[in-house]
Amino acid sequence: MRIAELVTAIAIAFFSLYLMWESGEGPSWDPTAVRFANIGINVNNEGPGSGFWPFWLSLAMLICSAMVGINWFRRKSVPSQSTERFLDTYGIKMFALVGGGLVAFLFLVGLIGFYGAIPIFLFYYIYFLGKHPWWLASIIGVGVAVFCFFFFDVAMRIVLPKGALEPLFIPLYEIFL
Amino acid sequence: MEVVVLLLDGVWAALQPTNLGLAFLGVVIGLFVGAMPGLGSVNGVAILLPFTFVIQEITGTISSPMIFLAAIYYGAMYGGAISSITLGIPGASTAVATTFDGRPMALGGHAEKALVIAAIASFAGGTISNIIFTGAAPLLASVALKFGNPEIFALMLLAFATFIGLGGDDVPKTIISICFGLVMSAVGFDIISGAPRLLLFDSTEWFSRGIQFLVLAIGVYGIGEMLWTINSTRDSFKMTEANITLARVWQALKSFPEAWRGTSIGSFLGFFVGILPAAGATPGSLMAYGVTKMVSKNQEEFGKGRPDGVAAPEAANNSASTGAMLPMMTLGIPGSPTTAVLLAGMVIWGLQPGPLLFSEQPEFVWPLIGSFYISNVIAVVVNLACIPLFLKVLRMPFSILAPLIFVLSVVGTYAAYQNIYDVWLMLIFGIGAFLLRILDYPLAPAVLAIVLGPIAEPKLRQSLLLSDGSWMIFLERPISGPITIAAIILLLLPLYGFIRKRVKARS
Repeated sequence: MRIAELVTAIAIAFFSLYLMWESGEGPSWDPTAVRFANIGINVNNEGPGSGFWPFWLSLAMLICSAMVGINWFRRKSVPSQSTERFLDTYGIKMFALVGGGLVAFLFLVGLIGFYGAIPIFLFYYIYFLGKHPWWLASIIGVGVAVFCFFFFDVAMRIVLPKGALEPLFIPLYEIFL
Repeated sequence: MEVVVLLLDGVWAALQPTNLGLAFLGVVIGLFVGAMPGLGSVNGVAILLPFTFVIQEITGTISSPMIFLAAIYYGAMYGGAISSITLGIPGASTAVATTFDGRPMALGGHAEKALVIAAIASFAGGTISNIIFTGAAPLLASVALKFGNPEIFALMLLAFATFIGLGGDDVPKTIISICFGLVMSAVGFDIISGAPRLLLFDSTEWFSRGIQFLVLAIGVYGIGEMLWTINSTRDSFKMTEANITLARVWQALKSFPEAWRGTSIGSFLGFFVGILPAAGATPGSLMAYGVTKMVSKNQEEFGKGRPDGVAAPEAANNSASTGAMLPMMTLGIPGSPTTAVLLAGMVIWGLQPGPLLFSEQPEFVWPLIGSFYISNVIAVVVNLACIPLFLKVLRMPFSILAPLIFVLSVVGTYAAYQNIYDVWLMLIFGIGAFLLRILDYPLAPAVLAIVLGPIAEPKLRQSLLLSDGSWMIFLERPISGPITIAAIILLLLPLYGFIRKRVKARS
């Protein structure tokens, strides 16, 4: 937990620096704009520039991440005193299986669309991770996909992407849309 | 008198079949999300907000989707008690204090008594706070009409300062959370000059449209919180059976007067704590429990199953949820993550939240206030009638509920913006939120900040334009001055605490 606390503080510090750098970028249509010319409080007598808000807030984030670092060094915050692991074996396994499952789910959406990915993800989670019977996992998986199709595509007319499965839906479009 | 007429009109509108049906559906969903450990009102409203576009499209009114979401909010306040009492695990953070006496009562064989007291106290809290709200809201809105840019910015500063000064979380981490939300709200383009800005990693596909509020809210509450719950609740819950018969419920109803003191303290205290930004229903219910115990003659009985100990937090959390609506509806400043989601919803439906709402959109405001009363009645009836059913639903394994919520979050985010990059971003925020949550970073301020950012930035910049870049504008004006000073005091509060500790340690 102690290492994670420090690593996170450093990552936030770098991210804040990056945000400050990006905030200073002038508008794309003005190639002569000088970086950080837009962060002032009264730019060209027109009040604060476009980078004013994000720049100074990112600076506040940077200062606070340094304070988290100081608190870590002085062992003042709860995670910096903790001897527990950031994620124990169960946590790592859960994070890999569930988080990984979610990432795979979104990749699958890109390949075979929502209606192919939803039953696969639900079956994976309910059957393999939840250890429920295969028939229950299948019913829920297919049921949710069918419900989503009628709710989104048919009732709301929000067409969810179908990826490679698009041809299978053409007959359904003809019936319902 | 005018208020009474407007309110009656509002109640009549809320009683129309569509609105009544939506309030009923919302209450049932709210009871469910409130009762499920790991889910609270904010998860419910954030995940279901994308679905309200349909309601708006079908009904053609702007009040109907809000009635639906407000009913979820209400229902969740009732639902939290069900799992606090029968499982000993608060269904939502707002029901933490209900476990103190509700659980011992259930273990002593009086689960039905605790459930009935919780329901009736919630109803009393909801009704009393609705009456105060109806009286106070139009008055506050008419005062707020005089507010200009500096005043509104000062109020927002006060909201964030309360999080920092009184939020009770690690101060630097709270500030990081607020600043992160505010900077993320600036991604995409500058609202005033229209210039593109903060196109992170030079990716126009991902960031040129800005970061939508729902992407962060669903990421945090649909993915992050779920992962956190799966990681932290590993053991299966043990449920106390509640023997519900009509006779026992009647018996419990008759014993309700035992809990009058807790109910009245909770109802009034809850409302005022609810109004404060960063406070809301959770501290409201804890404070109500504490005060009720303090003024009781039988302090030693608290924690062992005292009716007052169940009634006080339950009356308070309902009352506080109405209280939290007050600054959101009249000033356009939400005090809690749930009201932040409701406010964002109002913006998405094309409303401009703030004091003008009461004078310009009465056809939105009054049916909504009317629906508070109606939802409260529906919630107490459904709650009492369906307790056995909810106890069955609570047995639903988390390993089925969690993937369903993940799917709902992914599909909901896509349906709202129809952009797959937003869904990826939502997942990234969700995983980040989970990791940060383990390290005690508070995430509610970030959600509040991404809602308030697009309102606060132009107010600040226009104020500074008006003053030629002088910060004194916030201190010199008669209304913004005291608010800004209060905000500065709150911001300095942690520093004062730090110095006092050092001085004490030295002496």
